[in-house]
Amino acid sequence: MTMLSVENLAVTRGGLPVLEGVSFALEAGHALVLRGPNGIGKTTLLRTLAGLQPALSGRISMPPETMAYAAHADGLKSTLSVTENLMFWASVYGTGAIDTALDRMNLRQLAERAAHSLSAGQKRRLGLARLLVTGRPVWVLDEPTVSLDAASVALFAEAVRAHLGSGGAALMATHIDLGLEEARVLDLAPFKARPPEEGGIAGSFDEAFA
Amino acid sequence: MIALLTRDLRLAVRAGGGFGLGLAFFLIVVTLVPFGVGPEGGVLARIAPGILWLGALLACLLSLDRIFALDFEDGSLDLLATAPIPLEGVVSVKAAAHWLTTGLPLVLAAPVFGVLLHLPQPAYFWLVVSLMLGTPALSVLGTFGAALTVGLKRGGLLLSLLVLPLYVPTLIFGAELVRRGANGMDTQVPLLMLAGITAACVAVVPFASAAAIRVNLR
Amino acid sequence: MSIWEYANPKKFMQTSSWALPFVTVGAVGCLAVGLFWGFFLTPEATNFGSTVKVIYVHVPSAMMAINIWVMMLVTSLIWLIRRHHVSALAAKAAAPIGMVMTLIALITGAIWGQPMWGTWWEWDPRLTSFLILFLFYLGYMALWEAIDNPDTAADLTGVLCLVGSVFALLSRYAVNFWNQGLHQGATLSLDKQENISDVYWFPLLLCIAGFVLLFVTLLLLRTRTEIRARRLKALEQRERMA
Repeated sequence: MTMLSVENLAVTRGGLPVLEGVSFALEAGHALVLRGPNGIGKTTLLRTLAGLQPALSGRISMPPETMAYAAHADGLKSTLSVTENLMFWASVYGTGAIDTALDRMNLRQLAERAAHSLSAGQKRRLGLARLLVTGRPVWVLDEPTVSLDAASVALFAEAVRAHLGSGGAALMATHIDLGLEEARVLDLAPFKARPPEEGGIAGSFDEAFA
Repeated sequence: MIALLTRDLRLAVRAGGGFGLGLAFFLIVVTLVPFGVGPEGGVLARIAPGILWLGALLACLLSLDRIFALDFEDGSLDLLATAPIPLEGVVSVKAAAHWLTTGLPLVLAAPVFGVLLHLPQPAYFWLVVSLMLGTPALSVLGTFGAALTVGLKRGGLLLSLLVLPLYVPTLIFGAELVRRGANGMDTQVPLLMLAGITAACVAVVPFASAAAIRVNLR
Repeated sequence: MSIWEYANPKKFMQTSSWALPFVTVGAVGCLAVGLFWGFFLTPEATNFGSTVKVIYVHVPSAMMAINIWVMMLVTSLIWLIRRHHVSALAAKAAAPIGMVMTLIALITGAIWGQPMWGTWWEWDPRLTSFLILFLFYLGYMALWEAIDNPDTAADLTGVLCLVGSVFALLSRYAVNFWNQGLHQGATLSLDKQENISDVYWFPLLLCIAGFVLLFVTLLLLRTRTEIRARRLKALEQRERMA
């Protein structure tokens, strides 16, 4: 079953096209890793898919209420405890249960600690545990493994694998190898937007000058 | 949405200063006024309604820039915008949390501060009524200003410049209501106008705030 | 051929460069004749003395101060609905002109008020409303200045202009309620010409026409500058990405 399909998508940053002609489909139980040099537009693409900014052209199709988005920043409140942080997102997404997420991300011992006393890696794990409590099948992750040590990366890969195994799907932008052999890799470099003179899509202000 | 409200209230309590700072500022304003205009009771009694309203308004303004700034910095605003609750609801809840932590304490403290300024006896009731009716509009409009300036580094001063002119009608009708109450005049017109402005603000302004947040997250 | 063709920056630049000399000459002509006529060729009014002559600046600038805000509201709406960049840039270009017009109206009003009412400033509803309008102009311009991304700035200032318009209007009525004033009612209306005698009426009309044309001239000039600056920014940005 296709969870997310993208056709001929063009995305803009600051009003200028950065990527164009991006097409892919993500099936249930599969993962797709986005690669490409810094500034190519991975974050912009993911934000567009998450609905935070409009696409310049192209089509994004997915069933409603299936996506959970995780950005660079984890969105944790430092004065709240691990449990409180998770409980908040669980009730926003209407799921309510956080026990599995605590266990899977190995946060059980830290449950009552305030988020500001966590190490960077522990915070990241808490941020990823947030994904588990959303109960959404499609994960859209921006650099999910930043500041994780090798053991935590393995833990994360395990969580993704379990998620895929239970019929979910994941779309990730990442530089490092997660050890997820089953993940497909999509290199974004060929989709870099060309200037309008070479046939690329014009940005909104360029278009106005045509 | 209730979860968001409890989270914001909990954050305000834990961070400290949420309740305290605004109130302390209000007290300082009320304390400084007699130093400026002289300790004569008659003068103070006459300007007390205006000073109390102005003090409450400025105290409200103090904490506005924190409404969205913290959530913007730690990324929760992005996550809230992609969460299954409408952004209009998020900004309304944020405004409600701001009112509960800033506006409501001011309403409750205002009669006490009124004593310091020799507020005439009949005005106490109207002071509480007018602040109770008016401060929600201040929070909602402040949320709009905070939404406009959320991505900006030096947003604080700009926020005041944007929000204060929007406060003019509320201030006029609020202070007028207390003044009329103090003088035993008819209070119906300012009362209804104040309530009407607040009701309209609460109903409509969150849409503008949510639009501004969407633009700022883009 | 629709009116929206002029929303294309290229088309706008062509048309405006063609129109600019005409409106400039018109503005200078109307203002020169109107002001000279008004200042030197009209009799002094019996109960106002020579101070009456300030109306040739005061009334047109006050009219423009309000009309420019209305124009900004319309162009902001056009931007928010139809996403024409020229419209947003025109609103941006108009704001400082409107602010200066408001300032001129306030200052000339003070100059007139001093001999008439014996005070430079009175918290009269009309005066107060203009002061509030001035604050709205300041806030609007400050928001444009504060935001780097031009599209974000256009969107946010557009929303601010909408909300601000409602509150400016609301403030007008609130202020009216708050203090009944000294200021005379409107002297000018098409059906009540008897308020003002023809001797003052014609030069005043010329001055109003002059102020409108002056505004159009400045607006075209400033919008052209804004379009060029915006174009430059787009080109620079693309340069950086290539």
